[in-house]
Amino acid sequence: MLAIDVVATMFLAAGAFFMITGTIGLLKFPDFYTRMHATGKCDTLGQILIIVGCMIYEGFTLITIKLLMVSAFYLLAGPAGGHALMKAAYVTGLPVWKKGDKRM
Amino acid sequence: MIIPFLVVGIIIASTILVCSYRAIYGPGTFNRIVAANVIGTKAIVLLIVVGYIIERPQFIDIALMYAVIAFMGTIIIAKYVERGELCSR
Repeated sequence: MLAIDVVATMFLAAGAFFMITGTIGLLKFPDFYTRMHATGKCDTLGQILIIVGCMIYEGFTLITIKLLMVSAFYLLAGPAGGHALMKAAYVTGLPVWKKGDKRM
Repeated sequence: MIIPFLVVGIIIASTILVCSYRAIYGPGTFNRIVAANVIGTKAIVLLIVVGYIIERPQFIDIALMYAVIAFMGTIIIAKYVERGELCSR
């Protein structure tokens, strides 16, 4: 029982680390496209790590199946939404940041 | 075993609070949209963790419905900003 708790805690800590990293990227990067680069990956990975930690803590019940459904849905939906948003920004002509420009 | 969930919940709530800076002051439409998208993602995880903290696993159903609604909101706003209309004739 103790080993399961330790493994679940390690997964939760890794997920919280990726959440903090994505937030720092969202605040510090200079451009819309680089902010999407930071948040699109860090949020997906952080959410899936935290959900995997909850699944390990739970064992094998119906709640595990529901958590797996949430994780699988977001694994499909998150990158699709990010791609749609990025394509909308590129089509409407949002300027791209180059080295030496001002933050925007 | 409730302490790690409590710590992770506090961390996620404070990151939501920090992300709302970009949602309020972010220059332009797209920065606000991406900040709202990130806040929606973190809210899903926060619902699951809160369901474990107060030992009420019905919160996971709410998290599933919130994931669907947040995805639909992102797609609809992206389509509207890209084309300028929702239904093309």
